[in-house]
Amino acid sequence: MKLCVSARLGAPEVAVLSVSSASFSFDLGVKMEKHCMGSQVKGVSTGTTILAAIFDGGVVIGSDSRASIGGEYVSSKTINKVIQVHDRIFCCIAGSLADAQAVTKAAKFHLSFHSVQMESPPLVIAAASVLKELCYKNKEELQAGFITAGWDTKNGPQVYVVALGGMLVRQPVTIGGSGSTFIYGYVDAKYKPNMTKEECLQFATNALALAMGRDNVSGGVANLVVITETGVEHVVVPGDKLPRFHDE
Amino acid sequence: MEKHCIDSQVKGVSTGTTILAAIFDGGVVIGSDSRASIGGEYVSSKTINKVIQVHDRIFCCMAGSLADAQAVTKAAKFHLSFHSVQMESPPLVIAAASVLKELCYKNKEELQAGFITAGWDTKNGPQVYVVALGGMLVRQPVTIGGSGSTFIYGYVDAKYKPNMTKEECLQFATNALALAMGRDNVSGGVANLVVITETGVEHVVVPGDKLPRFHDE
Repeated sequence: MKLCVSARLGAPEVAVLSVSSASFSFDLGVKMEKHCMGSQVKGVSTGTTILAAIFDGGVVIGSDSRASIGGEYVSSKTINKVIQVHDRIFCCIAGSLADAQAVTKAAKFHLSFHSVQMESPPLVIAAASVLKELCYKNKEELQAGFITAGWDTKNGPQVYVVALGGMLVRQPVTIGGSGSTFIYGYVDAKYKPNMTKEECLQFATNALALAMGRDNVSGGVANLVVITETGVEHVVVPGDKLPRFHDE
Repeated sequence: MEKHCIDSQVKGVSTGTTILAAIFDGGVVIGSDSRASIGGEYVSSKTINKVIQVHDRIFCCMAGSLADAQAVTKAAKFHLSFHSVQMESPPLVIAAASVLKELCYKNKEELQAGFITAGWDTKNGPQVYVVALGGMLVRQPVTIGGSGSTFIYGYVDAKYKPNMTKEECLQFATNALALAMGRDNVSGGVANLVVITETGVEHVVVPGDKLPRFHDE
């Protein structure tokens, strides 16, 4: 499908995304893997664990690093699922990698254009809305969900979820992907509002390690990003440094 | 008798429940929720008992088709009491688990039920056995089952410790059941727990309004 982005003059706060129903052209030289080849069911989360959590003064967003085909072959052990869409805004992708990468590329372009028009950094909700528009308008073709996390001057740290059909919801902590089902109980029990940065990093690392331990199609390293007013910090926890639990 | 999952032909589908068992220092806690549902839409019973006593110190929890599970546990109960009379001693926990396993394995085409067996015997102390859908029998220190169990794998992996005290283990089990009931539509009601030790059996029922609440409730 072709994604066209156009902005109307005189109304810089409104940007229009239109989608034409041309056939899908995607001739990059790189092979993109689809997580879930056979499934036609909306709402199937595939092959990943992603999460984001707000702490006192910022937000932690993170994911595993495994990409797989059909649940049997690991096509990449070190893929990056935490994409930077602007200086203080990151998003995590779940579902079809190809769809997610296409959508985030379009969102990145759109956000930088919007930021130039507004002459200020974009709001986190703007980034989430861009993703939501793309997901909602193309819900028949796409199979990707997103967690958007970031910091802006207006609302501080925020986390938004864009689900498969295009729903946009703000939450203090959220998890996604196939591995997330195994850690709902852990996250419900252990997340506290207003944690310190270190507590939140430990919480996120533990949650990812637990999900990777139980989900076959999540694994590799834990990629975490800490976003605060002052800047962005990348934390990578390799597999052998992940926390181990009583049955390992 | 309700069948949890009328259309599913897929083996390994756990339906409509959360069950668990965990060993602590000196005994074992086994527990479940209390909801029975049809097709995921109608709650046919809010207070069903899924923790069945098959002998003095041996209990089992059932998951899957309630009808199949009740039939199997009735047969197992009879068989165990007969075995106990023949041996002139209380049955071993592994004997109870093996009886369930034989029934599940020999009838794997017709049955759709899984069990957690927990108990105490003089030979091996507290034990927990899992009999899975196809008839596999495995011994574990802690185990969870049913549809609600997927949501608490992380919690159980993180929070279970060997050699807890009885109170710690009860709190762990109550928390785990409460978390699963909070996220699984087809688990709910009260938390039915049974504590089995050398000295006896203690029933603990935690009603819905007394269950632990977490940050998002």
